[in-house]
Amino acid sequence: MSSTEVSTIEELANKEYKYGFVSDIEADSLPLGLNEEIICRLSAIKKEPEFMLEWRLKAYRHWLTLTEPNWANIHYDPIDYQAISYYSAPKKKPKLDSLDEVDPELRKTYEKLGISLEEQKIFSGVAVDAVFDSVSVATTFKEKLSELGIIFCSMSEAIKNHSDLIKQYLGSVVPYTDNYFASLNAAVFSDGSFAYIPKGVRCPMELSTYFRINAANTGQFERTLIIADEGAYVSYLEGCTAPMRDENQLHAAVVELIALDNASVKYSTVQNWYPGDKNGKGGIYNFVTKRGLCKGVNSKISWTQVETGSAITWKYPSCILQGDNSSGEFYSVAVTNNYQQADTGTKMVHIGKNTSSTIVSKGISAGKSNNSYRGQVKIIKKAENARNFSQCDSLLIGDKCGAHTFPYLEINNSTAQVEHEATTSKIGDDQIFYLNQRGIALEDAINLIVNGYCKEVFKELPMEFAVEAQKLLSVSLEGSVG
Amino acid sequence: MLEIKNLHASIEGKEILKGISLKINAGEVHAIMGPNGSGKSTLAQVLAGRKEYVVTSGEVLFEGKNLLDLSPEDRAREGIFLAFQYPVEIPGVSNTNLLKTAINEIRKYRGEEQLDAMEFLTILKKKMKLVEMDQSLLSRAVNEGFSGGEKKRNEILQMAVLEPKLSILDETDSGLDIDALRVVANGVTKLRSKDTASIVVTHYQRLLNYIIPDFVHVLYNGRIVKSGTKELAFELEEKGYDWLKDQKELVEG
Repeated sequence: MSSTEVSTIEELANKEYKYGFVSDIEADSLPLGLNEEIICRLSAIKKEPEFMLEWRLKAYRHWLTLTEPNWANIHYDPIDYQAISYYSAPKKKPKLDSLDEVDPELRKTYEKLGISLEEQKIFSGVAVDAVFDSVSVATTFKEKLSELGIIFCSMSEAIKNHSDLIKQYLGSVVPYTDNYFASLNAAVFSDGSFAYIPKGVRCPMELSTYFRINAANTGQFERTLIIADEGAYVSYLEGCTAPMRDENQLHAAVVELIALDNASVKYSTVQNWYPGDKNGKGGIYNFVTKRGLCKGVNSKISWTQVETGSAITWKYPSCILQGDNSSGEFYSVAVTNNYQQADTGTKMVHIGKNTSSTIVSKGISAGKSNNSYRGQVKIIKKAENARNFSQCDSLLIGDKCGAHTFPYLEINNSTAQVEHEATTSKIGDDQIFYLNQRGIALEDAINLIVNGYCKEVFKELPMEFAVEAQKLLSVSLEGSVG
Repeated sequence: MLEIKNLHASIEGKEILKGISLKINAGEVHAIMGPNGSGKSTLAQVLAGRKEYVVTSGEVLFEGKNLLDLSPEDRAREGIFLAFQYPVEIPGVSNTNLLKTAINEIRKYRGEEQLDAMEFLTILKKKMKLVEMDQSLLSRAVNEGFSGGEKKRNEILQMAVLEPKLSILDETDSGLDIDALRVVANGVTKLRSKDTASIVVTHYQRLLNYIIPDFVHVLYNGRIVKSGTKELAFELEEKGYDWLKDQKELVEG
C-alpha cells in the first residue's frame, strides 16, 4: 500500500468517525431483556427481510437450549442476559469542545501511541473541524472499489441490498448452532461489516472497519462476513490501537471468512478494548467466534491478531481447510497485564488433501494476569499429506502472572506431519541488566525484549499497523516491572 | 578518571568487597588478578551498577561524578562499559538492533544527534573488521546460539561501537581458545587510546601477554593485597596465589 493510500484512509477515518454511517433508524432503544418479541422488534427496526428474522428466531430458540460454556481458563461473575438492552440507536457521544476536557490519563495514552491531535479528538468525542475535502476522498474510494465490483458495506446494508449473498453465506462458516455466544450473536447481532471480492479481483487497498463503523455504534454483537470469490485477494484490518471504551461490558462478535478456489483472505486485528483498571474493576468481556473456511482449492486464510485489551478475551480464530492444497495461518500476540484474563488460540481443521497450517502464538503475561493458549489441530481420515507447524511461546514478566498452554492434536491420517514447539520464558534480571549496561533504560529494555519476542507475528501485519502494534505493546506493559 | 575509595560491598548480607581503593587515569590499563572468589567479578559488577550488590560504604568517583548515585544505564551513558563474563542471550533481538538502540540512547544522553540506519551501518562495518567478526552474526539474535568465542567477540564489538571511556573486561579470556584470545586481545589493544582507560579482570596471566597492563593489582579476599607493574603478573603465574596468603597476613597483621 502506498503512503498516499494510507493517508487517504486515515483521512477517510476522520471523516467517517465524524458522521458515522447514515442510518434511518427512528426508535431509540429496546427495553432490557431478551425474548422473541424483542428480536422481532429489532428486525423490524432494521427493516430486515423476512428470511433474516426467521434466522434470528431459530438462533434464539437454539440459544435457549444451550448453557454458557465454562471450559475456558477464565473467571467472571455470571452475566444476566435479561439485563441487557439488545438495541439502542446510535447515540451521539457527548460532544466536548476541546481536548482540554478529555481525561488527562487517556490523553497521555494517546500521545504515547503517537495518535494525531485530529484523531485524538475523534476518539474522545471532541468536535472535529473538517480539514480536508472529505466528500471527494470518500467518493474516490467508493468509486475505485465499485469499478472493481467490490462490495464493502455495513452488514445491515448487505442484508437489504445483497440478500442473495447473505442467504448463501451468512452462517455457512459459523452456524447459529455453533456455540453459546455465536447463537446469541446470530439472534441479536446489531451490525458489522460485509465485503465481497469478485472473481479474479485483487482488492487494491486494505479494507478496514476503522473508517466505516461509527465508534458509538460498533455494538456489542458485531457480525462480519467476508467472501473472496475465485482467485480474489483481500486484506482486512479490524480495530485500531487507540483505547476503546464502551458502556457495554459484554461483546460477542462473529466473523466469518470464505475463500473460494485460489482465493486468499488476510485478516488482521488489533484489539484494545478497555481492560479494566489496575485493580481489575470494569473492562470488556470479549467472547468472539472467528472462523474462516478455505472452501476452494489452493485457497488461503491468514489470521493475525494483536490482543492487548479487554478484561476477558475468549477467542479462537480458526480455519477449516476444506479445499485441496488450502492453507491456514494463525499469528497471535496476546498480552495480559494487571488482572486481565485471556484464553485464546486457534483451531485448524484439515479436511482436503495436501492442506497445511501454521500456528505462531506469543503470549505475554504481566502483573497478576492469566494468559492461556488453547489450540486444536484436527486432521480427518481422508486428509492426505496434511502438514501443521505450531509454535506456542509464553513470556512471563514478574512472578504473579500465569501462562498456560493447552494444545489438542487429533490426527486420523498417518501421512500427516505435525510439529509442535512450546516454550515458556521469563524476562530475566540478567537480560535487563545487560541492556541497562548498554545504556538502555528499564522500560526500553523490556520493549526491546518483548518486540523481539513478537517479531514473527508483527512481520505479518501490514506495515503501518505493525508500527502501531509495537507502540501499543509498550503502553500495555507500562509499569509491569519495577 | 576513576577513583575508588575504601569500597565495601556485599550480596545477601555477605561482605565481598572489604575496602577497595584504586585510582585509574586516562590512558591506563589496570589488570585485576586474583584467585576465584576473591571479589574480582563483584568489583566489575558493582562498578556497572548491578543492584543485587549493596555498597555498604566507600565512594566511587568517575570523572568527578559520584558514580554510585547513577543508574546502570546512566553509568553506561557516562562512558562505562562492562564486557560480561557470561553474556546473556536475548532471543528475537538482533545484534544490530541492540547496538543501534544502545548507541542512540547514549547519544541522546550526551545531547548528540541520532544516527540513522546508514550512518550506523557504516560505523558498524568498520568496527566489525576490528574483531574479525562474521557479518552473519549481526542479523542473528543477541548471543543466541553463539559459541563461547563468538560471545566474547561480540562483547568487544559492542565496546568498539559504543566507544566507552572506561571499559571493564570481566574474565574476557575465560573459555577462549588461543586464536579467539588473540582476536579479542588485538581488538582491545587497537581500541586503547590516551583518552580511555581499561580494567582487565583476569584469573590468568596469559591475556596480559596480549593486553599489556600498566598496573597489576592482586585481589584477595575482598582487598587489594599487592599492586605492581606487569612483572607482578609473571610472578603470580610462576608462584601461584598461595604465596599471597602470607602477604595478606602481613597486611592484616
